[in-house]
Amino acid sequence: MLQLDDKIRDRFSLIKNAHVAYLDNGATTQKPDCVLKAVEKYYNEENANPMRGIYELSVAATDAYENARAAAAEFINAGDASEIVFTRNASESVNLIAYSYGMSQVNEGDEIIVSTAEHHSNLLPWKHVAEVKKAKVVFYDPEPDGEFDIDKLSTLLSDKTKIVAITQVSNVIGRINDIKAISKLVHEKGAVLVVDGAQAIAHIRVNVKDLGADFYVFSGHKMYAPMGIGVMYGRKEFLEKMPPFLFGGEMIESVTKERTTYAEVPHKFEAGTVNVGGAVGLHAAMDFIKQYGFEQIVARENMLTSVALDGMREMPYVDIIGGDMVCNHHGIVAFRVEGVHPHDVAQIFADAGVCVRAGHHCAEPLHRYLAQFAGTRINSSTRMSIAMYNTVSEVERFLDVLSSIRGLMGLS
Amino acid sequence: MSNSLYNEIINEHNLRPYHKRALENANYTLEGVNPSCGDEITLELFIEDGIIKDAAYEGEGCAISQASADIMADMVIGKTLDEAIHLSDLFLKMIKEGVSEEELEELEEAGILESVSHMPARVKCAVLGWRTMKELIEPLKDNN
Ligand SMILES: Cc1ncc(COP(=O)(O)O)c(C=O)c1O
Repeated sequence: MLQLDDKIRDRFSLIKNAHVAYLDNGATTQKPDCVLKAVEKYYNEENANPMRGIYELSVAATDAYENARAAAAEFINAGDASEIVFTRNASESVNLIAYSYGMSQVNEGDEIIVSTAEHHSNLLPWKHVAEVKKAKVVFYDPEPDGEFDIDKLSTLLSDKTKIVAITQVSNVIGRINDIKAISKLVHEKGAVLVVDGAQAIAHIRVNVKDLGADFYVFSGHKMYAPMGIGVMYGRKEFLEKMPPFLFGGEMIESVTKERTTYAEVPHKFEAGTVNVGGAVGLHAAMDFIKQYGFEQIVARENMLTSVALDGMREMPYVDIIGGDMVCNHHGIVAFRVEGVHPHDVAQIFADAGVCVRAGHHCAEPLHRYLAQFAGTRINSSTRMSIAMYNTVSEVERFLDVLSSIRGLMGLS
Repeated sequence: MSNSLYNEIINEHNLRPYHKRALENANYTLEGVNPSCGDEITLELFIEDGIIKDAAYEGEGCAISQASADIMADMVIGKTLDEAIHLSDLFLKMIKEGVSEEELEELEEAGILESVSHMPARVKCAVLGWRTMKELIEPLKDNN
């Protein structure tokens, strides 16, 4: 186990050389040198089209890919490596579930419950399934403080419910949802639970079995891995019954003019040449995280969050979304500055070399929903999001700029 | 901390706009939105004999979009449709490719938004009011 302190920054070339404070980790994290080296090594030493060739290089490529799958299974405590399907990102993972499981299992009159806090990636695919299948999307609203009331879910669930889709950590509120309790209720009704882990996977230890998630999705690029590799975990009993989503090479057992027999899971869902380099990078990123361990990661990120929240609490014109307690934020703090539009807020941060994000963060329904409690017509916010390599001085720099914004905008 | 964009003039137009109100005798109205960040304005004009007699807008958005719309409204009052369209074209040119000294002078107060041309993320905010104005009056030109 490596000790997690500011020295971790030396392991990221971009961070080491950057003059900016990078606090947009919810959008994507930076990549450590060891991840980039692993990808380079793969291409320099083992590259071939996996699964196809009999020669040694192709076997090496296949091994590299399948080792990454096994590592991903272990990382989230899946029962079996075959429950891990590689995709491009969390969005593609949800689309796979929606097109394959959703389109084959949802019928006219059925209901799909989606939380109002969802990123559009875990909302639009379900809206599409509902439209095509003449089913209904039912929204599960959080309380004004961002907490989900489990009893409320009980009243929404019915025999018509086929799927419940919810995020583990919201990319705006930052709060962790009680997936375990939700899963119990969902399964009592015989429905299936799809969990979006995009904002959880780099910040807390995930155990899909313990959570009771039937499906769990995430992107590599938000957890120190390259862009273009993601994971769709699905319980094997579901995956085996699901029809393929994409068709093509490498996903069949045999094809004749009349008949196609599909390959076993997970290959059935991985048509075409796969992203071995990305999978290798993801593998290295998981190893990188494990070198520090989630105990240290959580402690450091909470410490940084608490510095941020302590400072923000001192500024009465700053309205923090989702409460001002550290335990309610998992690296994510979205906020509004009274009288200043979020785009102007982010611009001033950018000019001062602090990278934060403004907008609705692909969660428009949530912003509209929260705006009514905040008494504002502004359907957006500014978000700072922390990773384990951020430092106290970066957070202090963020606070400095934040405290100057109203003055710069001509407000007192 | 230096900040070229949020100068006093922009802040003044954003905080205390002259033309952000409903226009009771408006005879032309158009809503403009900037879908990428949700800025929106509703532009109202009172046009008589081919001249913009009064202009006002209402809306919600960042300081750049609101101040730019306020400056635009201020500048087009009293102008003919052709003159207003010419100003809009000049403004868009300033943001997209740059203008000459004389052209910049012609843009009067709107010229302070010149630095937005180096900020791709803010271009849409700055041009929202001007684009909406042009869209609203261009079809009227032939009738008047
Ligand atoms: C909660 C959540 N879900 C899904 C996504 C989509 O991730 P990706 O764009 O990598 O598919 C994001 C990323 O922005 C997210 O924050």
